Amino acid sequence: MKLGTYILKRIFLMLVVMLGVATIVFFITRVIPADPVGAILGGNAPIERVDEMRHQLGLDKPILLQFIDYLKGIVHADFGISLKSNRPVLIDIINYFPATIELAVASMIFAVVVGVVLGVFSAIYRNKSIDHFSRIFSILGVSMPVFWLGLLLLFLFYYQLDWFPGGGRHNLFIFPTHVTGLLLLDSIVTRDWATFWNGLHHIILPAFVLGYASAASISRIMRASMLDILRQDFIRTAKSKGLSKRLIIYRHALKNALIPVVTVIGLSFGSLLSGAVLTETIFSWPGLGRYIVNALLVLDYPAVTGGTLFIAFIYSLANLIVDISYAALDPRMRA
Amino acid sequence: MKKVRGNLLNINKLKVVFYTYRGIIKALNGVELWMNKGERLGIVGETGCGKSVTALSIMGLIEQPGEIIEGDILFGDKLLTSMKEASLINIRGKEISMIFQEPNAALNPVMKVGFQIAESISKVKNKKIGKEVYAEVRRMLEIAGLDWERTINLYPHELSGGMAQRVMIAMALSSNPKLLIADEPTSALDVTIQAQILELLDELVKKLGNAVILITHNMGVAAEFCDKMAVMYAGNMVEYARTTNIFENPHHPYTRGLLKAVPKIGRTDELQSIRGIVPDLVNPPSGCRFHPRCKHAMDICRKDFPPLVEIKPDHYVACYLYWKEGIKNANS
Amino acid sequence: MEKVKNITQNGKIKLFFKQREPILEDWKHTFYLWKSTPLAMIGTVIILIFLSIAIFAPLLTSYNPTAQNMNERLLPPNSQHIFGTDQYGRDVYSRVVYGARVEVWIIFIVSIISITIGIVVGIIAGYFGGVTDEVLMRITDMFLAFPRLILAMVLTAALGPNLTNTMIAIALVDWTIYARLGRAEAMKVKSQPYIEAIRAIGANDLRIIVFHVLPMSISPVIVQLTLRMGTIILTAAGLGFLGLGAQPPTPEWGAIVSDGRSYLVNHWWITTFPGIAIAIVVLGFNLLGDGIRDILDPRLRR
Repeated sequence: MKLGTYILKRIFLMLVVMLGVATIVFFITRVIPADPVGAILGGNAPIERVDEMRHQLGLDKPILLQFIDYLKGIVHADFGISLKSNRPVLIDIINYFPATIELAVASMIFAVVVGVVLGVFSAIYRNKSIDHFSRIFSILGVSMPVFWLGLLLLFLFYYQLDWFPGGGRHNLFIFPTHVTGLLLLDSIVTRDWATFWNGLHHIILPAFVLGYASAASISRIMRASMLDILRQDFIRTAKSKGLSKRLIIYRHALKNALIPVVTVIGLSFGSLLSGAVLTETIFSWPGLGRYIVNALLVLDYPAVTGGTLFIAFIYSLANLIVDISYAALDPRMRA
Repeated sequence: MKKVRGNLLNINKLKVVFYTYRGIIKALNGVELWMNKGERLGIVGETGCGKSVTALSIMGLIEQPGEIIEGDILFGDKLLTSMKEASLINIRGKEISMIFQEPNAALNPVMKVGFQIAESISKVKNKKIGKEVYAEVRRMLEIAGLDWERTINLYPHELSGGMAQRVMIAMALSSNPKLLIADEPTSALDVTIQAQILELLDELVKKLGNAVILITHNMGVAAEFCDKMAVMYAGNMVEYARTTNIFENPHHPYTRGLLKAVPKIGRTDELQSIRGIVPDLVNPPSGCRFHPRCKHAMDICRKDFPPLVEIKPDHYVACYLYWKEGIKNANS
Repeated sequence: MEKVKNITQNGKIKLFFKQREPILEDWKHTFYLWKSTPLAMIGTVIILIFLSIAIFAPLLTSYNPTAQNMNERLLPPNSQHIFGTDQYGRDVYSRVVYGARVEVWIIFIVSIISITIGIVVGIIAGYFGGVTDEVLMRITDMFLAFPRLILAMVLTAALGPNLTNTMIAIALVDWTIYARLGRAEAMKVKSQPYIEAIRAIGANDLRIIVFHVLPMSISPVIVQLTLRMGTIILTAAGLGFLGLGAQPPTPEWGAIVSDGRSYLVNHWWITTFPGIAIAIVVLGFNLLGDGIRDILDPRLRR
């Protein structure tokens, strides 16, 4: 089928899935847990207070009505009020989300560039030193817990060597102008170079920590895929046509080899978002991941609900883009 | 001592091995082959006898874990086996072209076929891929019997086997190579399409005058198309002659066995198979590799591979049965 | 007559083994390949050591991992405490050693739950096809729409942060993979001609599923399981690190890393050693998983 039809079909599917996601989140945050009111007000609160709060939070309505209110809220992007900050959760999300996106994108760029390059060269120079180095790099990358790596690098590069800052997006004396919330982008747009370099300095370590595991898995798939492609018939044809090795690798092999890698990039984004939770915690990065963790620890359910829904949405969107790129890259997929 | 028997291609005592975990596969055991300009040579033999390996050796496409360990290949006045990769690249796709068995798999699945042909043309004409090159692509597609408008933007998986092979032929002949190697070009196609493709090749090659090596396990196909035939068995060429002579006057016991097993209109005798099985190339039989299956095997057959002798003008056999005759002919 | 009976007995036994010869050959070849893949061997060794440590924990250390001793807090690695002590005076080495038990327990429970749920859902979806398949696959997609740790986090918090709930949560996230596998196997087996044959002689769906689809699923599930072990440990450690996993004083490796976080600057050992343990064990599973994948890959088997 044509690319356009495929895209529409996938978007429709995504909406169906999002509905299910919302249901799951509702189930987890409303149906399962113990009474949040008790947690907020403490065990000795007077009954009237408890009832008042329950009414306020809409917890005295039957489950089905709560669910409908909830869905209505989502459609209007209303996730309720955070029990901790007393702000609408939506505002909180808007404030914290750009930091996560920035970190995720920076890590993704690092992961893709390093992963693809290492994988390709590893395949071309199979069993030579670059291959061995890259395989060790990769296998370590998918084995180390991200939070441990983060702490270790913090210890080394901040506490011991003082090469990089210990956390946060920028130091206290910087007051960035808010355009999109993406620090690096904003500072470029407003030509505030001091802020830019400071932000860059702060993002390097967390982006490396977060991106390392993804770089590792991308390079593994890239290598395997490249080796697989180089064995195939059409590469033999390309050689018999007298094409140079460079042309064969970069024009014929690479596009084919990237196809499975794109899937891995999509999956990596998921683990990036997961890892972001841990990385943000360690580097005190003011992002959505840390927000959700803190909300969980104080049982701030509206915040947890809103945050989780948002992240699931972003992840699904990313997967959608990956699927579409997949179809765009490989004409066989559109059938 | 290099024997030069043909004016286009000469393969002299070519030995190729493959290093595998099972052992060393001695794929080619001193192959001798030759052809002249504009000739059509058929290489026939069972699967695994080394036909494709020979073809790939000519192109210099034998790679790890394979290796040419002995012998040489002379193409015109160029010694292919001692040339560096850069010079070989110059010859491939230009003076020597190749088409393969499964055309759909032999084309890049994510590239339009028009572009793939354009690549070849661009290299040959030394021009960047543009209007001129694409005009030539269209011309070649038409020559190959395809509707260029429909085909030029299609992807390989959207083509039928026959169409894909036509594309490969268009691609291979776009440089008007001195030698076209066709490795089982019709084996993966339907019988009716087979005939069409052979006809197309016949037509085009007649016009353009290329020499063709047609590799096949189907004697009938070879008989149709080729002037001369080389019969291969387990890594050696065992008989070489004009097609008519191979069919009417086969000398080597293996050739005879093959022909006895081929059904033919008008034959009334029983089909006979050659007893025994194809040898394991990791531990091949000593001397003449056919001796375990040969009715006429003698002691000497087990010692060394028989030298190729000319028993009649342009009819060569590698068999001790005809050795004395061949020496007589050579000395007279 | 007696002689004839005996011959038949012997013959039966010989036939039994002869019928299984090709399978035995296959296993022998697999074993040979496994032996000749150094990385897979290293992985296996690591895991065996890991399992041994878990089993023989009390023999490897005399300290009680949860015993506090405020006189000996925050001691660097020394001859008494080879990994040092933490802020409560607990011996880090024994906490790591007993932590191995916790990890093994986690892997075990998570695997059982996720495989059970996954295979059941997957096989039903693949076998019955149609609407059932669509619906079940959409549900699978819904679970896959969450980044793994986030879903596990939220589930654990909702259920109440403790080890059991962590395991349930991780299993509820992991099952989707086995569902896909089960579905693929069910679809493959369903379309085999011999299934039609046994249906014709009266086999019902349940029988077919249990005796034909299920056995075929075992092999890919085991392969997948080996590949997932590492991720399960990392996820559990991550949850432990966030405080959502095993509650103190249970010595779960991720939790120990978190314990040491505030003391990292001057007392690096509390965080470092459990982290190394996690990395090595996950590495072992990854190496073994890679090896198994390579060995079973039909193209690479030659």
